[in-house]
Formats: sequence, structure tokens, C-alpha cells
Amino acid sequence: MTARRAELTLTVNGQPYEVAVEPRKTLADTLREDCGLTGTHLGCEHGVCGACTVLLDDEPVRSCLMFAVQCSGQAIRTVEGLADGERLHPMQQAFWEHHGLQCGFCTPGFLMLATSVLESRPDIGDEELREVLASNLCRCTGYQNIITSVHAARDQMRS
Amino acid sequence: MTAGARWTGRSLRRFEDPALVRGLGRFVADVADHHNGTLHAAFVRSPVPAGEIRSIEAPPGAPVLTAASFEGIRTMCARLDRPDFVPLETPVLATDAVRHPGEPVALVVAGSRAEAEDLAEHVIVDIEATPPVLDAAAAIDPAAPAVHPGLEMPMGHNVVLDARMATGGVDEAFESADEIVTLDIRAHRQNALPIEARGALAAHDPGTGRTTLTAANQMPHMLRTALADILDIPEAELRVVTPEVGGGFGQKMCVPREYVALVAAARLLGTTIAWIEDRSENLLASWHSRDHTYRLRGAFTRDGLLLGLDADIVCNIGAYSNYPVTFGVEPLMAMAELPGPYRLSQYRVRSRAVTTNMCPIAPYRGVSRPVLTLAMERLMDTTARRLGLDPVEIRRANLVREFPYSMPTGLPIDPGSYVETLDAAVEEMDVEGFRRRQERAAAEGRYLGIGFSVFGERTGYGTPAFAARAMEITPGYETVQLEMNPSGDVTARIGASPHGQGLATALSQLLADELGVEPHQVAVVHGDTDTTPYGWGTFASRSMVIAGGAVKLAAERLAAQLKEIAAHHLEASPEDIRLEDGSAVVAGTSVGLTLPEIARIAHHSSHRLPDGLEPGLAVAATYDPAGTFSNACHAAVVEVDPETGHVEIERFVVIADAGLEVNPMIVEGQIHGGVTQGIANALYEELVVDDDGNLLTASLMDFLPPTAAEIPTIEVTHIQTITDASITGAKGVGEGGAIGAPAAVLNAISDALSPLGIEVNEMPATPARVRELIRRTQPATTGGRA
Repeated sequence: MTARRAELTLTVNGQPYEVAVEPRKTLADTLREDCGLTGTHLGCEHGVCGACTVLLDDEPVRSCLMFAVQCSGQAIRTVEGLADGERLHPMQQAFWEHHGLQCGFCTPGFLMLATSVLESRPDIGDEELREVLASNLCRCTGYQNIITSVHAARDQMRS
Repeated sequence: MTAGARWTGRSLRRFEDPALVRGLGRFVADVADHHNGTLHAAFVRSPVPAGEIRSIEAPPGAPVLTAASFEGIRTMCARLDRPDFVPLETPVLATDAVRHPGEPVALVVAGSRAEAEDLAEHVIVDIEATPPVLDAAAAIDPAAPAVHPGLEMPMGHNVVLDARMATGGVDEAFESADEIVTLDIRAHRQNALPIEARGALAAHDPGTGRTTLTAANQMPHMLRTALADILDIPEAELRVVTPEVGGGFGQKMCVPREYVALVAAARLLGTTIAWIEDRSENLLASWHSRDHTYRLRGAFTRDGLLLGLDADIVCNIGAYSNYPVTFGVEPLMAMAELPGPYRLSQYRVRSRAVTTNMCPIAPYRGVSRPVLTLAMERLMDTTARRLGLDPVEIRRANLVREFPYSMPTGLPIDPGSYVETLDAAVEEMDVEGFRRRQERAAAEGRYLGIGFSVFGERTGYGTPAFAARAMEITPGYETVQLEMNPSGDVTARIGASPHGQGLATALSQLLADELGVEPHQVAVVHGDTDTTPYGWGTFASRSMVIAGGAVKLAAERLAAQLKEIAAHHLEASPEDIRLEDGSAVVAGTSVGLTLPEIARIAHHSSHRLPDGLEPGLAVAATYDPAGTFSNACHAAVVEVDPETGHVEIERFVVIADAGLEVNPMIVEGQIHGGVTQGIANALYEELVVDDDGNLLTASLMDFLPPTAAEIPTIEVTHIQTITDASITGAKGVGEGGAIGAPAAVLNAISDALSPLGIEVNEMPATPARVRELIRRTQPATTGGRA
């Protein structure tokens, strides 16, 4: 039942990954199974929860709704690429400082979503930010500390 | 706060977080994806709620396992030792009948999940569908289909538990009442919905004969015992590991049939197999929750004093029992705890569990308490309105003020702050100011309302509480094994099984204070049956109270050993030794030994130990308390749009009393998360089926957890009542948010709509339901839509 595989190169966090995947294989599954990058989590596999959010040419996408074969030649960023070695990204640091996570399963998706919005719109207002963060689901934190974390990161990233 | 505590009471950042924010946490699917050569399983599930299996046809040579493949495996059956309880047996895979939509019928194994799912679609299950019964009220009608034909049900048709109790003078209380208020409460079916669905990886090692199950689960030791019992194999051949777990909220407490099948398959095939549940399976056939109906009658004086309470509770528990706590947990908790924090002397209750062709029910955050709190709090508001009393005053008149208070069901309520939290909430909400604003808004045709909810939450209860439920498998205690390593740092092995709560951080704070070390010098080991003492895992708001208590007891023992060794070498008395800043010093002097020096003596120079001490520094302790009540008052202000039925929460205030807060940041996070689920339960989340049992809410486009846009800022104020019921002073906090919020929200909606005479007694109060209630109050207009 194994279908023909497509050979392609994915650029993830600046590193090239040569993979051979079925055309139907999602970007999320490819990142996890073929690139070994399991920080990208799957919460619903139908594009609602946003746990699988990664950045494609700096834009947030649901990696469960993308095929890997669509992503060849684009710059993919995942949670594993946020920190600079041992130094956490300001967004990661803020989530840690402000208790922006509990079980941590949805966290990579929120980190990528929030990082991308602040990179493109460092001066985004509170209300709009809340609306953007409503793209993803969290079941533990009640969102309040996620919002506080992203506000703190916004201040940090501006300075 | 504990006197002299340096770490307890501080909002220490969690040690759990750096790995999680880097994407380096290992959840079960991650373990599976990093494991070379893992096979993947998919389950073939029943498309109908009820029917007879005629045949199962698999493509030739396909690795498809059915009940017939698992001959010799027992059914899953947890029992309560009560005459009014009918045990329900669950086969690991359906045998000759299916009893709920999505029931697992066969298991397919392939090289990848996609291939397994492809193959599952080629398995043809011929089921002769029979008429289902989906609703509890319908199921008790003798004319309804029997969900378990042939099984004797002496309590009534499809009735699997019928519990009753009454105090001596209920009828007299009702006869002497000035006002009798009758109320019907309905809580619809929901799903706990952890953001990580369930999943497991079963790895069989043919060399050792042992099987390791890595699973998203809250009770690893219980799961190991269950697997051994059901598969009839020695428990020593099994190891259960719970890696990072992406939330549970009760859904990962009970033993899933899928995990048992996976272990059986891995042993049968001598290999490693993963099953990662997808969201649709999770919504359809993991475990459902709630689905209760209450009819209450309250007997009151004209001043609003509660004289008597009469309740009839019916829980739709679905097709089978969960394992190990059984379906009895729903009706029995509702029966035992319904009166809540209100003084009551006369109480009569009948509480039934009814089996139907729906997915089985398992505990979900709060279990029966969100519904029983909704029932009591709606009773208070309804009665206040009927008698022309203030909703705050009727609560003040009835709340428990003297402790310990014995509930009519015999439960003792230990000291708490029921009136104090209510008063604080009233002040915080500026009720008088709100009423003026509400009036002005009404003049503009807007509907604003305020609602309160006062409740106690029984937490941290050990064996005695579960024994009272007559559970064959009686959980309760927790054991902690504590060891100081030769280098002077500390390892704590616990039977509790945190899955996102931050328990390791909080326990390290307690230990740091007891032993005079820094929290980062403590490693908390959990979630592995090979390396941790037998325990009951994490559920029922118990971990900080019970595992925390065991940690404190063990730390006292370890501290005594450290002091004895230090005293021996410093020629002092153990009573004069203080453990602080990583050393054992003689009080009032600078003479001392560092903890690493003592640890080296204990481990590496045991000939230098005082007589009677064994080598090493390992102790253990068990804690098994009777339980305590944490409490809170929730208050909500809402605005209802009468045109759409949409409810906007303007403010949400929590005055919470969880006793001693070891880590206030974590406590507050639990309250935020709990309240959010409570609001979700109150307004949005509902599993809806059609008349044929088809789930109409099988995706997150239809089952609607709220986002950051719907949830208001939750304003939390903390009160800390310390009682002797918990040796650390901590009370449980995991569930309270979810327990109080629905009642506060529905009371607020009812207050908002009181000019229309509307009472909202059904949750979730979806826009459609609210709109329907409004529409019924409006006179039919000619030809137009109301």
C-alpha cells in the first residue's frame, strides 16, 4: 500500500533536511517523523487548535493542513529554532517567567504564533493581540497568563 | 505561611518549563516518533450505537486483531461492594455486540499510522443495527431496549445503581415550610478535552519477557495493575511510564480499552506498537462526562432558611463502566456532597446511574460537583427571588459558620472561609453600584446580570473516603521515597503522577524548607512504575495535599537522620542541630557539617555512622488523610444580548481559599484554567447526537472550547485558612475553578433575564437555548419571527 515518494529538501531552522515522503504526508508529520523535530505537536489534525503552528517564510501556518511537498524551498521555522543555543528567545523566557504554560502541549504553537505576530507588528495593540492569540487553543492556562507573557515579550522585543 | 519558610509560599518559576518551551518535552507521540521501527495501530470502530456483530472481514493476510485473537483475556470490570450496584463488564474489543458509537471492534497494525488507517477502512464489519436508547429518562422505561440484555437489573430497567439515603424528619421539614421550591437542573454531555488526546506505545521485549507501556495517563500504577489483572500476567512483567502528559482533567485517569488491546497485541506479535488517538476518536469514544439531571425540592422558611432538601438525581453513564473508579462515582458523589456548604438538617436523596447506548462516562474536573453546585446555587437564587430576598443574604443566612460542621451525609467540613469569601466577593463586585448600573442599562433595553456561587470542594481525601464508597479498588494514600545522594542533593520518588500541574516544583519547595537545601537540588521522579513507589497518581485535587504530606513526613525522617549523624560528629545533641543553607549546624554557633559531608559519611564511610544507623540516607513515608474542604466564592457579571442569546462575561471574580499556597503562581494558574473550563462548560461545550446516535460535534469546529477572545480576565483574591486536616496546611485546588464557575455564570444570566421571568437551569446555556427561553416569553407576533 506504500505510495510513490517524493524526494525533497526542506529548510528547517536554517538546516537542510533531505526527505522522501508520500505526497499526502503533512508538513507536521514530516517534521516529526522525518526530521526528528517533535516539538511541533498535533492537537486536532483539522486546523482548529493551532498546536502545530510553525512559520513558513515567517508567516504562521497550521502544519497539519500543509503537505510537506508544498514547502520545499521555503524557510520553515519550528519551536526548536527559537532559542539561541542555551539562550531562550524572549518569547520562551516570558512564557517561563509568567507561567504561560502548564502541560506545555499547546505551547510550541503559541510561541510560534506570538513570535511571528510580534516580528511583523512589534507595536500591535492589546485588543488585536488578543484576537490573534484566539487563533490557538489552550486547555490548561485559561489564556490569561499566555496574554501576560506575550505582552511581556512585546516589551522585551521592542527594547 | 510556615514559620521560617524560605521557599514555601514563593511563586518560584517552574523547573518543568525550560524543556517544554524549547519543544524538548517528550509526550507519548514524541516517544513513538523517536523510536525506530515502531508499528502503528488504528482501531476499527462501531458506526452505530447498538447492534449485533455478524462478521468481521479483513483483507487476506492483513494484521487485524479482533476479540477472537485475544482469547483468554478477561473483561474489564470494576465493582462497588453495594447491593444496589450492578457491575458492567467491558470486553477489551467488542465480542458479539456493540453498545455505543465508536466502540472498538478490531485493531489494525501497520508500518505507519497512515497505512494502518488505510487498512482499517478495508476491514468490513457487518453489524445488524438494533434500536438504541440514548437518553437516561428514556432508558428507564421498561419498553426501552435493554443495553445489556440478559443482565439482571433488579433496581429497574437499565438502572445500574440506585442509591438512597434520608435523615429522620424530612417530611416534617417540608410540612413546616413556608415555601417549597422545586427546580429541574440539566447538565448536558461534555468532553474533558485535554489538548493532547490519549495515546500509548506498547513495547514488548521478547528477551526479558517484559512489556513497557508508555502512555498518556494520570494513574500509572493503577494502569499496571489493571493490565496485569485483565491480561492475567504477573505485574512484574509490566512497566508503565507516563512521560510528559498534555493535560488530563480526569479523562486520562481511567483504563482505556485501547491501551489494554495495545499491550495484548504487542505481546502477541512480540513487537512495539503505538496508538495515538485522533481528535475525532477522542470526541466520539474516549470518555464523556457530566450528563446529569437533578430534580430538587427545597423547604424554606419565609426568611429563606433552608429546612429540608429532597433530591432525585439521574446520571447517564453510557454503555459500560469506567475502570477503576466505576460509574458509581457520579451518582454517589452527587448524593454525598449535594448540600454543599449550607447548614441543613433534613436531607433525602435518590441517586441513580442509568446505562444507555452512549460513550461511557469517566470523571472530569470536579466530577459531579460542577452540577451539584449549579443545583444548590440555582436553588438559592430561585428561592431568594421567590421570597423577595437578596441572593447574598439568603446565602449568608444558610452558610456554615462553625467548624467542624457535619453535613447531613456525615461528611465533616473542616475550617474554611465560606462567609468571608462571599463578603469579599460582594465588596469586590460593588453590588450596590452594579445594581444602579443594571437599572440604567435596563432603561436602555440592555440585560446585565450578576451571579454568585459559593461552594466547598472536598479535596485531598485518602482511603477512608474511597472506602466509604465501597470501592473494590480503594485508592487513597501516597508514598514518597526520599534519598539524599552522596553529593548531597535529593531525589524524591513519588507515586503521584503530575501532568502539567507543576507538582515537581512545588514539592521541591517543601523539601527545600524541610532539609535546608535549594529547590534546584531536589529531583522529583514520577511516572514510572519501575522507579517510583506504588501510588494512586494525580486526580481529585489530591497531589499537593497527599503527596505533599508524604513528602513532609519523609523529609522529617531524613532530617532526623541527618541531624543524628551531624550530632554524632559534632559532639552535640540532635535537638540542637539546625538544617539550613546546605549545612547541619549547632544552633547558635558556626560549627557544622555540610550536607554533602554528611551524605558522604552515610554512603561512603558508613563505619563512621553512629551505632544503629544503616548505611545510606534513604527513607520513605506514606500519608493517607481523611480529607479537607477548600472553598471559594465566584462572582460573574454578564450581559445577555436578547436578540441572539449571546452571553458576554464582563467580569469574573474569584475569592479562593486553598489553605496554604506552596506556590501561589501555580495555585492561581490552576484557578484560571479551572474557571475557563467552567465557563466553557457553562456556555459553549456540548456533545450533541442525533436520534440515531450520530455524534454531530465530532470536530473542534462543532464542539467549541473557548479561545482567548471569549475568556475574560479572571480576578483572583486569595484567603488562606490553615486547618489540621492537612499536615502541610495545603488544600486541593485543581478542580475548584471548574466547580464554581457554571453556577456563577448561570445565576448571572438568570439575574440579567429576571425582568422577563426567565430562569436558566440548563448547561451549557448556548445562545440557542437562551434565545429559546426568551422567545417563549414573547407573545407570538403575526406572521413574523419572534
